[in-house]
Amino acid sequence: MSDLALKIKAGRDVPAGEIEVLTFEIGGETFALEAAIVREILDLLPETIVPGSRPFVNAVVNFRGKVIPLADIRVAMGMPTAATTIDSRIVVVELDLDGVPSLIGLRTDRVNEVTTLSKANGEPPPRVGLKWPAQFIECLIQREGAFIIFPNLKAIFASKGKSSQPS
Amino acid sequence: MSTPDPADIFRIEAAELLEQMEQGLLDLEHRLDDRTLVDAVFRALHTLKGSGAMFGFDRLAAFTHHCETAFDRVRKGLADATPDLVSAVLDARDHMRALVEDPSGDHAEEERYLLERLQAAVSGTSTSPATTIVETPKPAVPDVPTTWHIRFGLPENTFVNGTNPLSFLDELRDMGECHVLLDRSALPPLEKLDPTALYFTWDVTLTTSKSRADIEDVFLFVMDDMSLTIEEATDGAPVVSAALPVSEPEAVQATPPVSEAPMERQAVEATSRPIVEVADPKLKRKVESVRVPAERLDELMDRVGELVIVQSRLQQIAASGADIALRTVSEEMERLCSELRVTMMVLRMVPVATLFDRYRRLVHDLQRDTGKKIELSTDGESTEMDKTVIERLADPLVHLVRNSADHGLESTEERIAAGKSETGSIRLSARQTGGEVIISVIDDGRGIDRARVRAKAETAGLIQPGATIPDQELLQLIFQPGFSTASSVTNLSGRGVGMDVVKKAIESLHGSIDIASRPGEGSTVSLRIPLTLAIIDGLLVRVGEGHHVIPLPAVEECIEISQEEDLRSRGRAFLSLRDALVPFIRLRELFATGTKPDLYQKMVVVSTGEERVGLIVDQIIGHHQTVIKSMSKLHDDVTTFSGATILGDGSVALILDVANLVSLGQEQEARLRAIA
Repeated sequence: MSDLALKIKAGRDVPAGEIEVLTFEIGGETFALEAAIVREILDLLPETIVPGSRPFVNAVVNFRGKVIPLADIRVAMGMPTAATTIDSRIVVVELDLDGVPSLIGLRTDRVNEVTTLSKANGEPPPRVGLKWPAQFIECLIQREGAFIIFPNLKAIFASKGKSSQPS
Repeated sequence: MSTPDPADIFRIEAAELLEQMEQGLLDLEHRLDDRTLVDAVFRALHTLKGSGAMFGFDRLAAFTHHCETAFDRVRKGLADATPDLVSAVLDARDHMRALVEDPSGDHAEEERYLLERLQAAVSGTSTSPATTIVETPKPAVPDVPTTWHIRFGLPENTFVNGTNPLSFLDELRDMGECHVLLDRSALPPLEKLDPTALYFTWDVTLTTSKSRADIEDVFLFVMDDMSLTIEEATDGAPVVSAALPVSEPEAVQATPPVSEAPMERQAVEATSRPIVEVADPKLKRKVESVRVPAERLDELMDRVGELVIVQSRLQQIAASGADIALRTVSEEMERLCSELRVTMMVLRMVPVATLFDRYRRLVHDLQRDTGKKIELSTDGESTEMDKTVIERLADPLVHLVRNSADHGLESTEERIAAGKSETGSIRLSARQTGGEVIISVIDDGRGIDRARVRAKAETAGLIQPGATIPDQELLQLIFQPGFSTASSVTNLSGRGVGMDVVKKAIESLHGSIDIASRPGEGSTVSLRIPLTLAIIDGLLVRVGEGHHVIPLPAVEECIEISQEEDLRSRGRAFLSLRDALVPFIRLRELFATGTKPDLYQKMVVVSTGEERVGLIVDQIIGHHQTVIKSMSKLHDDVTTFSGATILGDGSVALILDVANLVSLGQEQEARLRAIA
């Protein structure tokens, strides 16, 4: 397990060895992010397409006077596209990109809950048999017979991705 | 809000004093016998010593004291200001800065060396005939005691500044027989009285053997703000009898008993003497200024930015309705916002002079290090730019000036052999054109050796051997990382770091670099920098479904393209515009909007000075005040846009990076020419 999952905010009422996370769904899979990096959950906003950008960050939105990029884990993971629904939400996270604290919106199909997960149940992504690029996954945590995916956001955002701009 | 650390306050003050000191010393270097400069440097040293001791920077105070003593000798005519002294004190100044920044560091060695130099510089002249001449008349004057009428008034905020008027009286009293009369005619009635203000003026009759200059020295540090008249008394008697000796405590009592009215009247009579009207010629009218932390200014700027966004929303609502009253209010708001924005911008503007002044010292040091004679000249110092921009230009300019001094300018022998003047010239020039400021570093050196740049680029694999590339591109190669044509690495430059730093810094400011160079005549590097990073005037256009902002200063004209012209231009990339061919870019195609073109396409012709390009858009919406929001790191790879802005309806519009689009257009043109 790498640093993101291990980084636990001290001072919360979380039992040792557990992390507080926000779970959400994308393409029928359950994902989780450390709750400490989540800033806000928003309804869908009018998007502005950025021509020439990497496909998984192809738009920006106005988040209370700030222009923030909108990232799509679905595209990064190569999952099939789907139309937005009434449950679709934008999860705003704060991440450190090259030393600059940045707000980034993540498209999700549905936001589930804030819960605690045990680190001990975490497993590194298997080398084979995974539908998605392994480097984009921090770890998988098993809960109630299902796997919750911990995406490695830093790796996703650092990836080059193919430019959507035809040249 | 937390109270600022007193040491930080002192550091800011010290930085200013050191700056003053440096400028004074550099001026003094050229005008060694200028007394005002000597005084200015001495004053800076003295204040630094005093404040340093007050804030607990004892080592700094102790060290500065030695420099002050040295300068005091010069001021009193006991020693001459020599280039040696100036250079020693300049180095001592650097050491003082180190002491301010790191008071606890180990500086003993450095200190001893500097003090020895200082000692040598001052004592070296004490035996010269010049000083003996100055010294002899000195004791001759004071033998005959003279009676002086001194009248002095201090500014109302004297106490706030920590000045104690008593100390002046004490010093005067030490000089000889002294009668002090307090003039409290300016004292307001009790209800208007500010207990922290000083309302008094003093009349002093002093009989002393000291000279006028000695008396003036008492007030040396407050001279700029005070009123002072010193007159030699023809007969001291009447004044002394009219004068009412005032005891010390009363002199500083801020609220005297009201019953002392008769005394007051007497004082008024005293003030009616003619000398009252004589204002000190040195009394300077200072422009009041307020020191504000930069963040607060930035915060204010953000608020103004948000206000501008709300205003444009109001404008949209007003324009869509039929409410005349609302429209009037909206127009009023627009005017106010625009004025507020301009005021805000002016607040952040500082003249480039503050930037240029820093390079005088650099050139001074470069002369010593390179052994070349270099003269630095500047013009357009009054050109103003955003303070943040100026700060970020400081380092790139250091590299450019160094590069000019080290690589550009030839050695003295070479220059003479080439028939040039012995002294090489580096000129820093600033001027404003439209929305940008052009800062140039111009030298009259040997120019850039294109053959060597080419050879170096070929070895480094930057260009294909024998490839033909345009001159400007060839010259731009010097900004590639690790590129240096210097065959020898000096401690100044030649390591190939620096020039690429310049390029990066300028690009981060959304600026660009032009180079011009003539062999044997010199080079000019021009930095084009946008005036500000915060708000620009823009032209709002629509391409497909997206809205984009084109910075207005770059826009030359807008034209409608008729359908025939549109059809004719298909497959080509330029249109003829008043007999000139202008390359154009169909933004709809570039952005791959996948929408149908509007019936009447519009072309917005933009330029970056020399080059221009037409941008074909679907619709021109109009003028828009744009608050620039930077793009996220995740969009660093998108070079077509320099930022984003929020429109009246809350949606985001992207700001086009004109410089980038122009070069894109040029490339495209070159490619098509190559095919044809």
